[in-house]
Amino acid sequence: MATIELNKIEKKFGDLHAVKPLDLTIHDGEFVVLLGPSGCGKTTTLRMISGLETVTGGRILLNGHDVTWKHPSERDMAFVFQFYALYTHLSVWQNIAFPLQAQGEKREVIDRRVKEVVEILRIGHLLRARPGKLSGGDQQRVALARALVRRPAAFLMDEPLGALDAELRETMRAEIKNLHIAQHATTVYVTHDQIEAVAMGERIVVMSKAEVQQVGTPVEVYYDPANLFVARFIGSPGMNLLTGRLADDQVHLPGRNAYAVPAAWKRALGGRDAVVLGFRPEAAHMDPNGTLTGEVFATDMYGGYSLLHVNIGEDEIVHIRSDRQASYPIRTPVRFDIDAEMVRFFHPVTEEAVRREGTR
Amino acid sequence: MANFEEIGPRTPVVEAIRVDQVNPRARAVRRIVAFISLAVALIMLLPVFIMGITAFKTRSEVVSSPPKLIFQPTLEGFVYLLTDRAVASSSRLKELEKKAKEGKLGLFARIALEGGQEITGPSAYVYRLWNSVIIAGISTVFSVLLGLLAAYAFSRFKVSGKGDLMFFILSTRMLPPVVVTIPLFLMYSAIRLHDTRLGMILLYIVFNLSFSVWLLKGFIDEIPKEYEEAALVDGYSRLQAFFKVVLPQAVTGIAATTVFCLIFAWNEYAFALMLTSQRARTAPPSIATMLGRGGIEWSAIAAGSLGFLIPVVIVTFALRKYLLRGVTFGAIRG
Repeated sequence: MATIELNKIEKKFGDLHAVKPLDLTIHDGEFVVLLGPSGCGKTTTLRMISGLETVTGGRILLNGHDVTWKHPSERDMAFVFQFYALYTHLSVWQNIAFPLQAQGEKREVIDRRVKEVVEILRIGHLLRARPGKLSGGDQQRVALARALVRRPAAFLMDEPLGALDAELRETMRAEIKNLHIAQHATTVYVTHDQIEAVAMGERIVVMSKAEVQQVGTPVEVYYDPANLFVARFIGSPGMNLLTGRLADDQVHLPGRNAYAVPAAWKRALGGRDAVVLGFRPEAAHMDPNGTLTGEVFATDMYGGYSLLHVNIGEDEIVHIRSDRQASYPIRTPVRFDIDAEMVRFFHPVTEEAVRREGTR
Repeated sequence: MANFEEIGPRTPVVEAIRVDQVNPRARAVRRIVAFISLAVALIMLLPVFIMGITAFKTRSEVVSSPPKLIFQPTLEGFVYLLTDRAVASSSRLKELEKKAKEGKLGLFARIALEGGQEITGPSAYVYRLWNSVIIAGISTVFSVLLGLLAAYAFSRFKVSGKGDLMFFILSTRMLPPVVVTIPLFLMYSAIRLHDTRLGMILLYIVFNLSFSVWLLKGFIDEIPKEYEEAALVDGYSRLQAFFKVVLPQAVTGIAATTVFCLIFAWNEYAFALMLTSQRARTAPPSIATMLGRGGIEWSAIAAGSLGFLIPVVIVTFALRKYLLRGVTFGAIRG
């Protein structure tokens, strides 16, 4: 299959950067997700890899060969579009066979290969239909079949599930992941849905404002966000972030709360006076003897658990995951604690994560 | 009607039906609108109807007052229109009558014979109709073809000064034809394009091009560019993508543009009158010039107009499936 190297690629429109110089190596058979809010440059990056968009700087290497200025048709990459881009004037069979016809394959070969992929995607019964008559999920299956049938060096997917409804999205998510495992194909997948990214990606590239914020495994970006943007963006809701004053190894938080800095962080935080304390909703737990206090502002039932919105004072709300059975009426004063292992600290001005001793 | 607002429709509404479809007041309004539309349509079609029946009347029936609605249809008008005739000598008449009895005479010849005339050949109108077919047909094909390529380029590529160029193209339509006919006449005379089919074809292409570029650009803008991009990554060149993907998707627009261009080129009168005299004269000015030849042959004129309508009706009818979507483009996506 293929290794894709992006070497300081950038896209500028006039003075405005759509993508700031970006370095990334996508390894053979890897599933990389480009994640970010709309307008962050993730789709532009994908389109530059495909050749649909030209770069204004940098180089793109495919298996060590420079393809920066190659025509899209010469790159051997398949692209799956959000709105499928199926040809409505052709039947499903013709749609799937379309890329093979471009390569001038013989009719028998086309027949055989189309048959193979429709079996994988279970759309054999749809071959004669027009794409316009199919459901969204089936349309996306046809689009995937069209990409698969070529056996391309890499798959590029631009929010392929964005146009589907929630239930179908989960089914298709699993299907794409299975497909990836079976084909072991290098895949670059663009999405703005962080749940999708964490669920599917082997590696996630978090982008914002035309820049890469963090590259890491789903676990890394979830538990060790590189900066405040990633901390807020990943997770639903995102990380709780509280700005506090640091004195005597205590973080002084709103509402006369104080949180003792865990031993592991003492050296890294030494000499600072302000810091942002971050913790995931599941890192906190309700505890009658907890060190932190607040008042229940609202509770959301999530099925398996409840999410408490706790006002710790000065209208600073933190989210805490709690047991489904426990009931916390609104305005109940509560105490809670934070798991020392799962606390993170950030620099309030640079917004970068503070690293513990030993790491970085 | 009054209690509709309080208790709703009298019969149960089965599925999602819009309120204006069951509300009695809205229904009454719609019925009135439908009635008015029908009346307007009938009034508009009346001249066409009169033209249609006039074409099949005899000379005397045409001018009879009050006009006859029930009459014996005759092809006299068509014979006058399509043939040149001469008064036959009495000996020749007898010969022809004998032939007619033996059934050796064609329909038109028999009709001519009733007026004591003999057909000497096809009339100039036949030739001019043929001119019309060639000029309108070829100019339409080229207007649409060139317009399509230009529209595609304007729609998909960065063309420097795109807005200005599009405006320039449109501006060729801003002068009334009458204003440009005299300079055109002088230019055409100088380069010997006057009274040639080529000259008329070129003129109609240029005139229709602005229209077809604008119309087709609208249609091509509607085709998502992902279609072509999908073809590009699937291994096709841009030109192949254009023919395999854009063209089939633009069929609606092409059909609509073709009909509009054809109707313009087919009906065009002012330029044809000024820039042609004999060889390249088209049908519209020649129908009008019939008025001047001695007595006014109303049935021949009506026959000419009717025959002139038919090709456009056929093309429009053949493309109606696309047209319906075409004239409402933007509103409904194909």
